[in-house]
Amino acid sequence: MTTLTVVTAVREVAVVSSAVHQVEALTFTTDVQLMVPLINEARGAVGLTQADIGFTCSGSSDFLAGQGFSFVQTLDAVGAFPPISESHVEMDGAFALYEAWVKLQVGEVDTALVYSYGKSSPGSRRDVLAVQLDPYTVAPLWPDAHAVAALQTRLLLESGAVSSEGLAEIAVRSQHHAVGNPNALRASAEATVAGVMAEPVVADPLRPSDIAAEADGGCVVVLAAGDRARSLSDRPAWIRGIDHRIDAHALGVRDLTRAPSAALAAARAGAGDDRLDIVELHGPTTSQEHILASELGLDADTLMNPSGGALAADTLMAAGLVRIAEAARRISSGDADRALAHATSGPCLQQNLVCVMEGE
Amino acid sequence: MTEPDAPGPSALRADLVIEYPFIRTTGPVVGAFLTGLREAVLLGIRRSDGTVMVPPVEYDPVTSEPLTEVVEVASTGTIVSWTWVDPPRPGSPWEVPHGLALVLLDGADTPMLHGVMVDSPDGLATGLRVEAVWKDDRVGHITDLAGFVPVDQVTAAHR
Amino acid sequence: MTDTPIPAEASDGVGVVLPPSIRDVEPVRSVRTPIRLEYDFIPSAAAQQYLRAYGEKRILGNRSPVDGAVFVPPRGVDPRHGVVADEMVDLADIGHVGSFCVTHLPIPGRRDLPVPYVSAWIHLDGADIGFLGLVAGCANEDVRIGMRVRAVWKPDGELGDTAENVLHWEPTGEPDVPIAEAGNRAWGAKQAAAADDDADGGDSGA
Repeated sequence: MTTLTVVTAVREVAVVSSAVHQVEALTFTTDVQLMVPLINEARGAVGLTQADIGFTCSGSSDFLAGQGFSFVQTLDAVGAFPPISESHVEMDGAFALYEAWVKLQVGEVDTALVYSYGKSSPGSRRDVLAVQLDPYTVAPLWPDAHAVAALQTRLLLESGAVSSEGLAEIAVRSQHHAVGNPNALRASAEATVAGVMAEPVVADPLRPSDIAAEADGGCVVVLAAGDRARSLSDRPAWIRGIDHRIDAHALGVRDLTRAPSAALAAARAGAGDDRLDIVELHGPTTSQEHILASELGLDADTLMNPSGGALAADTLMAAGLVRIAEAARRISSGDADRALAHATSGPCLQQNLVCVMEGE
Repeated sequence: MTEPDAPGPSALRADLVIEYPFIRTTGPVVGAFLTGLREAVLLGIRRSDGTVMVPPVEYDPVTSEPLTEVVEVASTGTIVSWTWVDPPRPGSPWEVPHGLALVLLDGADTPMLHGVMVDSPDGLATGLRVEAVWKDDRVGHITDLAGFVPVDQVTAAHR
Repeated sequence: MTDTPIPAEASDGVGVVLPPSIRDVEPVRSVRTPIRLEYDFIPSAAAQQYLRAYGEKRILGNRSPVDGAVFVPPRGVDPRHGVVADEMVDLADIGHVGSFCVTHLPIPGRRDLPVPYVSAWIHLDGADIGFLGLVAGCANEDVRIGMRVRAVWKPDGELGDTAENVLHWEPTGEPDVPIAEAGNRAWGAKQAAAADDDADGGDSGA
């Protein structure tokens, strides 16, 4: 058995504040207008102006905006004048946070502003995601995201790893936990397994409650290093480990009932070094949430997706960063001491990022 | 933050269409697969462990070695997973509801994704034996394959 | 850069072994894979107001709550400060050329734009940034930074909720705006003049 060495970060970096806003659809609000209050809220919560921010990094997709370089316009929300040090990933904001964490490790800056957003309602998100598949042999068939996830789900069910009722339990747990979350779209204390099982199958074998509720929205996270973090927050959420791994892209070459990259990222991030109070998993379907929970080997004491997870509200390009924000918030409030937040990208859990955080 | 109300009696809106007329070069491996489609033949590529990947890829996903041995596989195979697409997606080659499946062709060790042309999801099952059905006019495109049909429903017209 | 050679098999097909069934046919070398995505675009509240105002031959801008800078088109935000800007301002349909470009190559899909044509950054009186417009009504070589222009509108019966109501911008014949105060220099010049006014105790002439 190979021993995995967890490399201790050179600099301690923590989440010191965050802001989240998710709704069913934004109609007359642009990406910029969405982000102005969120960015001001997250910076303002720790008394920072943009001039105090060392590095800014965002995550978003032009394919949601229908406009090339749309993220450049979104910088209007940051107030990027005088000019700022800035970067962008065409991915979920969790990966922008990873880039910001790396930048902080270099030691040139002490604070970072990370934000991401997605307004997928003007287009057809499940079809936009078909474009991420192999351009020669798969994408021209336009297999939409629900169909692709359904293929994975059927493999999972037929392997015996979980039953349809087991998946329904995941859906119900998400709806119960989401009650009271102002950013959740699908929340109900009355949800039952029988109720979910009675829903018609929409992407065989997936039911509506098996598939994340699509949201428009945004998320902001402020990172700070070392004593700077301590000066900004009474209880920073320290990032003890963060890692991102990628599996093969083609759907037929890997076992879709597994997510080895998630397990590897968790191991590299030191997830198993101590007990986890809460985990926030970015699973856009119940089947994917199940696979992730299995790969991470979570024990029964760990509270799963206290926010309701991505199933309760899934803002494309931000759902992963929202998981980090939700976990960090619960550490800073004292509700949890140690948390794992996860983000995924690519079809069927192809890429996975794990972020392990602790209160001091 | 609250959303502004609808401004005026009816909001202005517009159709926004993003189009990319991509013509992609294929290289020798993907090109071979597409050549096979044009010739109504299904191809895979052999890995150093002897297994055959369909569709073929240029580099082994585990060992990273360049792969070079393109081999023919059968046009019959077995469904390893499936779902039902209703309504058909915009831009897809199918105009009626259809199955979408991972099909493990005889002679291959990895399944390929394509459509299954049956009338209802009741006609689909893991383990179902299917056969490739070809379009008459083929150009070297994944849609040269019209889809798969259960072997007991293949007719002379399909062939 | 490293010196590791790329294996010949991977790069040029030498070494790729083909089965007999496709060995003697013309190989496929490229494939068409067009992408088409459709969106239902709904402009923001600020943009809706802006477009509707065009129908009344009015051009709206947004005033910054921080320093009064006026942006056009209005986007509901002051981008330099990252704050909401919801005050709308009516702007005159007259201004000057801040910068310009003479285009000689036709744009695909725009047969209505005969080349060569002049696109310009139009700085309206009252606005502190420019926006894109077409300059016509004079020889292209006469267009210059600082040239005063006014909008040429479509006839009243043809107006819609669109910036296309302005056919183009034509010279007014007024004296040019000096280059030191034209285009993107205008804001700096305005700030400097305001600072001078403050220094003089506010009694400089307007």
